[in-house]
Amino acid sequence: MDKSKAEISIEALRVGDRREFARLVDAYSGPLYRLALKMLGNATDAEDALQNTFLKAFQHVDQFEGRSSLSTWLYRIASNEALMQLRKRRPETTFSDISVEDDEEQNYDPVQLTDWPSLPEEELLSAEARTMLDHAIEHLPEKLRIVFVLRDIEDLSIQETSQVLGLSETAVKTRLLRARLRLREELSSYYGDRLIKRSKK
Amino acid sequence: MSEPEQSQCKSLLIFLSDFVDGNLSEELCQEIECHTAECEHCRIVVDTLRKTITLYHECADEPAEISDELRSHLFKTLNLEDYMEK
Repeated sequence: MDKSKAEISIEALRVGDRREFARLVDAYSGPLYRLALKMLGNATDAEDALQNTFLKAFQHVDQFEGRSSLSTWLYRIASNEALMQLRKRRPETTFSDISVEDDEEQNYDPVQLTDWPSLPEEELLSAEARTMLDHAIEHLPEKLRIVFVLRDIEDLSIQETSQVLGLSETAVKTRLLRARLRLREELSSYYGDRLIKRSKK
Repeated sequence: MSEPEQSQCKSLLIFLSDFVDGNLSEELCQEIECHTAECEHCRIVVDTLRKTITLYHECADEPAEISDELRSHLFKTLNLEDYMEK
C-alpha cells in the first residue's frame, strides 16, 4: 500500500468529497487488485472485483464506524467480492467443495520430503517458478486461500486477518497452517523435480 | 523413524506456523529445535515451510500496482475522472 497516500480523511469521504475518493482509489487499488487477482486467478474477474469493491465502499462509507482501520474495512469488502465471484462461478459444486474444505479429518501430514531450499535463488524465483507459485495458491480451497493471501501476501497480522474475515484468531491460525502446509507440498514437488534435473546435468 | 518420534513429529506440527513466524514461547521453540536437530524429516519440513513463506513474501515485496489502462478505466467507471492526478 502506498503509505504516502494512506492518510485518507474519513470525514471527507463521509461528506462525499470526490477528490478524497480519488486519493482512496490510488492508495488502495494496487493491494486490493493483487488480492482479487490471487483469489480469482484472472485479470478480468479481478478488475470487476476491484471496481465493485470501490463502488460498495463509496455507497456504504457512512456505515464505516471506525472500529477497524479503513484498510481492514476495504480488505473486508474486497475479500467478500472475491469470494462471491468464486461462488457464482460454480454454484452447483459449492456444497461438495465446502464439505471437503470443512473436513477436519483431512490429512495435512507432510509427504514431500525433498530438501530444496539450497536451490539457487534465480531458480527458486524464475519466471516459470513464479507461475507455479501463483498456480499453487489457486489450487488451495478458497477458505484457506483467502487467509493465506491476507496474511502472507498482503502481510496483515493474524488479528487483522481475523477482523477482515470475521473469524476467531484460532480459526485464522488453523487455516493459515493448513494453507502453508499444502503450499509446501506443492512447492516441494516442483522444486524437488528441479533438484533432480540439476543433479543429472 | 521410531514410533515415539513419529508421535512427537505429529504433535509439533500444529506449532509450526507460530514457530516460523517467531510467535512461539521460548520453551516450545527449544523443544522444536531439539527435535529437529535429531529428526531429519522434521528439519526438512521446517526449512521448506519457512522457505515457502519467504518465497511468497519476496514476490509480494514487489510493489502492488495497477496498469495505467486499468487505472483510467477505474476512474472513469467510478466517475472520478476529473480528480485523476497524473
